[in-house]
Amino acid sequence: MFDGIQKRIVSMWFPRLASDRALRAHPVAGPFALTLRERNAERIHCLNAEAEAAGLHRGMPFADARAFCPELQSRPADPRGDARMLATLARWAGRYCPWVGLEGQDGLVLDITGAAHLMGGEAALMTDLGARMERAGFAVGLGLADTRGAAWALAHAGGGIAAPGDPGPALAGLPVAALRLDPDTVTALQRLGLRRIGELEAAARGPLARRFGAGVMARLDQAMGRQGESVTPLPAPPHYGIRLSLPEPIGRVEDVMAGTARLLEALCAKLAAREAGARRLCLTLRRVDRGSQQVELRLAAPLRDAARILPLFRRGVEAADAGFGIDQLRLEATQVEPLPARQLATRAGGRQDGGRLDDLITRIGTRIGLENIHRFLPADSHIPERGFLIAPAAWSRPQGAWAPPRPRPLRLFAPEPIAGQGGGQGRRPPTRFQWRRLSLSTARATGPERIAPEWWLDDEAWARGLRDYWRVETHQGRRLWLFHTPQVPGWFVQGEFA
Amino acid sequence: MPVPLHESFPLRPARVHEVCGAAATAFAAVACARARGPLLWIRESWGGERLNPQGLAAFFDPARLLVAECRDQTDSLASAEEALKDGAVPLVMIEITRALNLREGRRLQLAAQAGGATGLCLIPEGMGSNAAETRWRCAPVHDPVYDPGEGADSTRMRWEIIKNKSGTLGVWDVRWDPEAHCLDVVSPPGE
Repeated sequence: MFDGIQKRIVSMWFPRLASDRALRAHPVAGPFALTLRERNAERIHCLNAEAEAAGLHRGMPFADARAFCPELQSRPADPRGDARMLATLARWAGRYCPWVGLEGQDGLVLDITGAAHLMGGEAALMTDLGARMERAGFAVGLGLADTRGAAWALAHAGGGIAAPGDPGPALAGLPVAALRLDPDTVTALQRLGLRRIGELEAAARGPLARRFGAGVMARLDQAMGRQGESVTPLPAPPHYGIRLSLPEPIGRVEDVMAGTARLLEALCAKLAAREAGARRLCLTLRRVDRGSQQVELRLAAPLRDAARILPLFRRGVEAADAGFGIDQLRLEATQVEPLPARQLATRAGGRQDGGRLDDLITRIGTRIGLENIHRFLPADSHIPERGFLIAPAAWSRPQGAWAPPRPRPLRLFAPEPIAGQGGGQGRRPPTRFQWRRLSLSTARATGPERIAPEWWLDDEAWARGLRDYWRVETHQGRRLWLFHTPQVPGWFVQGEFA
Repeated sequence: MPVPLHESFPLRPARVHEVCGAAATAFAAVACARARGPLLWIRESWGGERLNPQGLAAFFDPARLLVAECRDQTDSLASAEEALKDGAVPLVMIEITRALNLREGRRLQLAAQAGGATGLCLIPEGMGSNAAETRWRCAPVHDPVYDPGEGADSTRMRWEIIKNKSGTLGVWDVRWDPEAHCLDVVSPPGE
């Protein structure tokens, strides 16, 4: 309409996107509804055709719906999952044309200008689209027109194709609600006797604009093509993959590393442009015999510094089998985390050392598994075993202050029962006892320190109830952490002091 | 004439040392307290005895410590070699469960020299390697006279240096002061 090529827009409307998606996963027979907590009550979010036939509608309190329709089946709604589904459908719709945008929460808009003939014409395209959606289990309304507004109107009014040129005749018979107006305006227009778009088009513009503002006229003009409206396609997700094809196969480790260095340069530039850092990298070495070798690298911290990543690949590349030679290298960042640009450290060397440590964690992690390198984090518990957390070093930062209330042993082990003589029956530690085939005699005992089990956690190890802990120094030198369980009498060793 | 401890104890840097005995963990903790920067403790994951960071807090800040849990000794030696060669961690503790042969011990020693990091192997009694720079035997000792009072603990140990490539052997009785974070040498053992 502006430059000679007639725009053609398809609007897809999914009237029951959420419930169709839920029923696709787990089909049920009979009335079905999804519920969502809104305005202080469980309300119906979306419902299937049978439930609509039973007289239910959206936004209705779920308790009322159950009263109307006792056999109603329901599940909780998942609006975020629905949004993901719509994005998936948008990506799928790329098979018809490259220009696909979202239309609200429950629709798609496709700019098929110049693409319809690829599917055998407009009518064939619409039939194909409808058939595929039906097979996939989605109810859909389809409209095709010159403008986005007209296509939307047709989609919501039961579907149809407006002839190229002027959408007016196709729209004239549709209700004014098909113009994307809010319900109050629609009611007001109907009170004025303007029920159809044709009647609105024929009415005088001035008084209507004065009464309803510019909005109604703008919507009408958009539908009729007098005012432009564009389709904004979804941004393509960034792809962090890059490859290098070689004219002659290579086999030396140095050559592969040099190729990897080139790929890393480009990949890191891409990551830097998006302020992201790679957490997991995969280098695929394709051999001339079409086999391929993969070198996976998991990093201890998000990173986009090629000079630091490259040496970390060496171990994996050395282990790879080149066979008759490698003729393609492909490097992909399979897991990416945001890594905002950071100011260089002002304190000389401070930042650099952290980086060196991360690299070391990565290198050791490639051998023993990144999740096997731990650090301790303080935890808030009196139970000795739970006074600290063990967190993977690559996914945590050192934090907190360590201030044990009383001296604690250097090493802890599972409680080991001891056989004691002399005083062992009472509350005082035994004067002589056997532990790990050692005969020990108590020289000094400090205690007791009573620790009660955390009753809100069901812990098998604390099934014997309360513990009275004693620090026992023996004449033989060993300093042990003993405890007595007064509820089920017994003595145990659980740790050793310095 | 007794040998002063400071000739041997802050462990000679860029070498691998060994310690055995019941107080080996305490010896390592004191060595950690003397080192600066991050620390790496390499152990095998199947061992039942765990380090308790609440106990280590009396010696140094456990936030500095990283623990690598390896499947077997081959993995832990490889990790140790990597860490020593890198030098990002100035002190690496390695828990040894079977005796090192000369090649393994020598490789650790070369890695430590290359990276400038110090290694400390916690070995079972009698499983020392010939390549070690020094070997210590540490045992807790009951202290009949010293009574630190309620809330504190005696930490008297006997540190004995039983192998030293460049120095003399010696025996010291020491005590760790958790308040001042320093090592006190108690009177030399009666001879």
